[in-house]
Formats: sequence, structure tokens, C-alpha cells
Amino acid sequence: MRFQLSEDQQALQAGVRRLLDRRFDREALRAAVGAPGRLDRALWRSLGEAGFFALRLPEPDGGVGLGLPEAALLFEEAGRALLPGPLVATHLAAGRVPGAATGETVVTAVDGQLVEWLEAADVVLGETVGAVAMRSVDPLTPLHRVPGTTPADPLAVLLTAAEQLGTAARVCELAVQHARTREQFGRPIGTFQAVQHLCADLLVRTEIARTAVYAAAVTADGADIAAARLLADEAAVRGARDCLQVHGGMGFTWEADVHLHLKRAWLRAARGGGGTQSEELLAARLAA
Amino acid sequence: MDLSYTAAEEDFRARLREWLAKVLPTLPDRPSPDDWPGRRAYDLGWQRMLHDAGYADVHWDASPTTRLIFLEETERAGAPYVGANFVGLLHAGPTIAAEGTAEQRARWLPPVLRGEEVWCQGFSEPDAGSDLAALRTRARRDGDDYVVSGSKIWTSHAEVADWCELLVRTDPDAPRHRGITWLAMPMDAPGITVRPLRTLAGSAEFAEVFLDEVRVPVANRVGAENDGWRVTMVTLSFERGTAFVGEVVACRRVLRELARAARENGRWDDPVLRRRLGRLEGEFRALWRLTQWNVSVAEAGGGVPGTGASVFKLRYSHARQELYDAAADVLGPDCLDLDRPWVLDRLSSLSYTIAAGTSQIQRTIVAERVLGLPRGR
Ligand SMILES: Cc1cc2nc3c(=O)[nH]c(=O)nc-3n(C[C@H](O)[C@H](O)[C@H](O)COP(=O)(O)OP(=O)(O)OC[C@H]3O[C@@H](n4cnc5c(N)ncnc54)[C@H](O)[C@@H]3O)c2cc1C
Repeated sequence: MRFQLSEDQQALQAGVRRLLDRRFDREALRAAVGAPGRLDRALWRSLGEAGFFALRLPEPDGGVGLGLPEAALLFEEAGRALLPGPLVATHLAAGRVPGAATGETVVTAVDGQLVEWLEAADVVLGETVGAVAMRSVDPLTPLHRVPGTTPADPLAVLLTAAEQLGTAARVCELAVQHARTREQFGRPIGTFQAVQHLCADLLVRTEIARTAVYAAAVTADGADIAAARLLADEAAVRGARDCLQVHGGMGFTWEADVHLHLKRAWLRAARGGGGTQSEELLAARLAA
Repeated sequence: MDLSYTAAEEDFRARLREWLAKVLPTLPDRPSPDDWPGRRAYDLGWQRMLHDAGYADVHWDASPTTRLIFLEETERAGAPYVGANFVGLLHAGPTIAAEGTAEQRARWLPPVLRGEEVWCQGFSEPDAGSDLAALRTRARRDGDDYVVSGSKIWTSHAEVADWCELLVRTDPDAPRHRGITWLAMPMDAPGITVRPLRTLAGSAEFAEVFLDEVRVPVANRVGAENDGWRVTMVTLSFERGTAFVGEVVACRRVLRELARAARENGRWDDPVLRRRLGRLEGEFRALWRLTQWNVSVAEAGGGVPGTGASVFKLRYSHARQELYDAAADVLGPDCLDLDRPWVLDRLSSLSYTIAAGTSQIQRTIVAERVLGLPRGR
């Protein structure tokens, strides 16, 4: 047992982080917030070129030939960067929908009673008759509501959990950075125990979510995936909230990025049937 | 990322499983949680069986992964837990192995492994708990002895212990952390009085220890004089890092028992309770993964557990309390009956966020040492 990132996995993680830093920096993020509903096709294609969608396709089929653990690392980075778009649906459609693997075709899918990016996508998987547009709480994710309900795809749940993990890690960093530099009462607020303890809890939730997500990516077991989603939702949602608290009044502004992380975390927490479905799945496993 | 075991590890698991299936049915019944002399004998007997079968050193010499397999298999089979051997096997022993001289290792380690001697931990004092460096128990040098006076508190299993890992102040004028020394004190030395304290669970598992001019040979000092704080940090990293690992497996077994009990008494139909148990199953699965992660880190990094220990301790101690609160919900009114299963466990779970460093202290450690936030005052 070597439950650690291999050197290749570390290199992959660092490479994706660099790519996203370059292709989707804070300026790009803010530009996207200013142009709601518009999907950046050039960005999508460069993700395709980098192998984001074809990662798990076998090499003979033009894929990268890697597995679920590597996909989890990729989606963690996407979560960190707050990358917009139906990333999970397109990734899962690679090899099944022509053009998805290369990023030429943007694919979205009905998930429960919701569809993200319905109008911007080229291909929509699932029944969308009667779809009604919502005024999405996340300025970076357009949403429609559909009448029926589609059961959750465990792989989509896992990749979403990986995105939540990325958010959790990012908001922990943001909180710690702010606590180190912001001064009140003549010293950094990070010297105050009340602030220190908020930050410590941010880290603890992130680290337990990390091991749950990585383990689920290794085993691909349904109960492990359900556990990963519960821990990752908690780490992202509560983490973003605590990060906002550490930022004080500034945290409540549109200018600070904290609210974007929180809103995306809320949205992801609603995917795949929500936490209730995962709790019931784990309960059923317990009683089996 | 790899969660599979090597052929040699799987082989170890299979042999252990076979051995456990053979010997466990021959064990006598466990003495009551109140009867510490009885438990001492029982726990030492179990340790001796492990020793004779070649499993005694699994806590120290084996690889962290092998230790994990040992804990998993013994718990799964319902084998006795370390009990009275807790301090000797899980932190005093490892500290002596890491910091002691060759003679000290030869004197103290084999009897722990053979199940002959029990250790206790004399760190806390009435005015030095979280602020351990405030300890005042004095030791003055007299020839080849230290002469020790003062008092210790919350000393688990003191009544049945042969040895005590004792922190004393050897230089009252030095800065707080600099004047401390780590000693091995024989519990039968003249001048030691042990007064049992009753816990909220009704049992007498810890005690106050009064020390009146107790002579401890200088040869019993582990590490240099006045270097005891550093040695203490080694002890604490073992205490927080490895000591609770096996209990996660136990909690997962309890959860399955709770699900069974709830289905038998109809509580399972309550979706709120069912979902709560489901969430706890997710929590303990994740704690097990965190354990495997920390073990892999330790294996890569050479033995002494790292800062992952505080992260684990914080999360686990609260999860354990939530588990037994859920148990109370499964039991209904029976949760008020001390004769029912889980009720005593619920009471004892209350100590987990206090013993081995409170949650508040762990959070400060995570903030300052792991996240690097500036030190508070
Ligand atoms: C079941 C049990 C077994 C034990 N066994 C042993 C043993 O065998 N040997 C041994 O040496 N000790 C043992 N202990 C003692 C244990 O280590 C201490 O109880 C613990 O470290 C807390 O110290 P205290 O009890 O003095 O509480 P205090 O330090 O007085 O703490 C009281 C409260 O104040 C908080 N607090 C204190 N300082 C701070 C701070 N700086 N910042 C924020 N909050 C703070 C604490 O978190 C706690 O909530 C045991 C304790 C228990 C409960």
C-alpha cells in the first residue's frame, strides 16, 4: 500500500495547475463573471488539447490512457481554479459523443432535475422537454430546471466531489493568506485563536475529504464514492463559508472571490441527487 | 495512489487471521471495566500470547502497513484491545526505543513485549494540563539518584502500573521548556501514594499520584538532563499519531451493529436516523482512508508520526462522540440504562476530546505548526 501521489501524478497535478493559471487566471475569471452564459470555446479547445476530456480514453482511441485517480486530480484542479462549463458531462461523454474528447463539442447532461449550460452546449444528454430557465445563484453556471428526474451517475458524483475538494483546498489557502496579512488590534488576525481555529477546521475538513476522494477514485466503489461526496460537500460548503467569515466585511463583497467559491460549492452539492441520496446509499450498505 | 497490499502483507494477514480463529475461543471472559487488577492480568495474558506466537513486536518493529493489518484483523476478530498495556506499547515503549540507550532498551522493552510489565504516564499535574510546560514536580540530584517531590493527576492505570514515564523539573531557574527531564520511575518506590479518582462513567481508571521524596536512579533518565521537553514531543507524537488507529475499525463494527439493532426495533424506518447512520458510515470510511494515508506518509518518512496526527485526532474524537449519540437514538429510552450496550461507551467517548491534548489545543497546533499562522498569545 502506497496511498500517496506517485511522481507522475504529482507532475500531472503541477502541469494542470500551471495550464489553468495561464489559461484561466483571475482576470479571465472576472471576465467570465462579467459575461454570464458565454462559454469560452477557445479555452474549451485548449482543455481538449491538454487531454482534459480524453484523459481516460485508451491511447489507441486517441486518449491519454490514464485512470480515475488521475481524473480526480484534474477535476480537483478545475475546482481550485473555479473553471466554468459542463466539464464533468463532457469528460464522461468523451469516446461516446463525437468531438467531446477533443473539446470541439461541448456536452451537457440532465442531472436530477437540473441541467447546466443547456443553451451553450452542442449536445445535451437526457430529456429536456419543458426545461425552464432559472436565475442561477452561481453567476458562472447557467441553470435550467426540467420536469422529470434522472438518476445519478456515480462517476459524475465522484468527479464533482473532486471539484469540491479543489474548492475546499483553495478557500483554506485564501483564509490562511488573509489571516497572515490582515492586521487588527496592531497584529495579524491570524494570531487570534478564534481565527486560528476557524483555519484549523478548514484544513481538517479538507484533508479528510482529500483522502476520501482519492480512495474513492482508486476503488471506484459506490459506498466510497458516496462517502467522498459527503465529506467533500462539507469541506467545500462549510469551508467557503468560514473563509468568508475570516475575510470579514470584505468577504461579503462582489469584488472578493469568496462568494463565487461558495455559490459553486452550493451548486455542486445539489448534483447527483444531493447528499440525501449518498446518505441513503451508505445506510443501505450498512444494513446489507 | 495504491490501496493494495503486497503478497507478503496478504500472507501476514492470512496467517494472523488463522491464528486468531484458533486462539480467541480459548480466551476466558473479559473482566468488568471496573476491575483493573483483573484487567491487568487479562491484558498481560493476551500480550504474552501475542509474544509467544511472534506478534508482540508488531507495534514497534513491523512496518506501519503491517501494524495496520494487525489492528484491522485483531479488531475484526474481536480480539482484546491493548487495555492496560496502552502506555507501554503505544507511547512509552516507542519513546524508549527511539531515545533510550542500549541498556535502557534492553531493560524496559522486552518485558513490555512479553506482557510482564505495565506502564503509566505521569505528565499532567493539577496546575499543568494543556499547559504541560508549567509542570512543577521537582527533582533534585542526590548522588546517583534524583529525589522527586510533587503530584501528578489523571494518571491512567496508575494503580496497576510497574513503571511511570514521569516528567519532572530539574532546573527551576531555566525557561519553562528547558528545565524538564523525562524519567522512568518504578511505581513500587517508597514515597509514592496512588489515590484513585472516580470517572464520570463510575469506574476508577485514573488516579492522583503523590510523590514524596521518591528516589529515582539517574540511570533511569531517558535523554539528557533538562532535555525532557524534546523527548516529550516524541512521546506525544506517538500518543496522538498511532494510538487511536485501531479504534476506527472498532467504530465501523459498532455502526453495523447499530444498523442491525435499529432494524430489529423499528427505528430504521425513521429516515432521519437512517441518514444519520449513513453519514456516520461515510465519516468512518473517510477516517479509515485518512489513517491509510497517514500510514503511507509515515512509511515513506521513517517512523515517527507527522502532523497528520493532530488532523486525525481532532476529527476522530468528535466523530466518536457523534457515533455514540446516534447509538442513544437507536436505543431510545434504553440509552439511560447502564446495563445496555453502548451506554458506557457513550460516557467514555466524552474523554476523547480532552485526553491526549484537547481539541482546542489540537486546533492551535494545526493552525501554528501545519498552516504556519503567526503564534498567538
Ligand atoms: C480519560 C483521561 C485519561 C487521561 N490520562 C492521562 C494520563 O494517563 N497521564 C497524563 O499525564 N494525563 C492524562 N490525562 C490528562 C489530559 O492530558 C488532560 O486532561 C488534558 O491535557 C487537558 O488538561 P486539563 O485537564 O488540565 O484541562 P485544562 O488545561 O485546564 O483545560 C480546560 C479547558 O480549557 C481549554 N484550554 C486550556 N488552555 C487553552 C488554550 N491555550 N487555548 C484554548 N483553550 C485552552 C481546554 O481546551 C479545555 O477546554 C487524561 C485525561 C483524561 C480525560
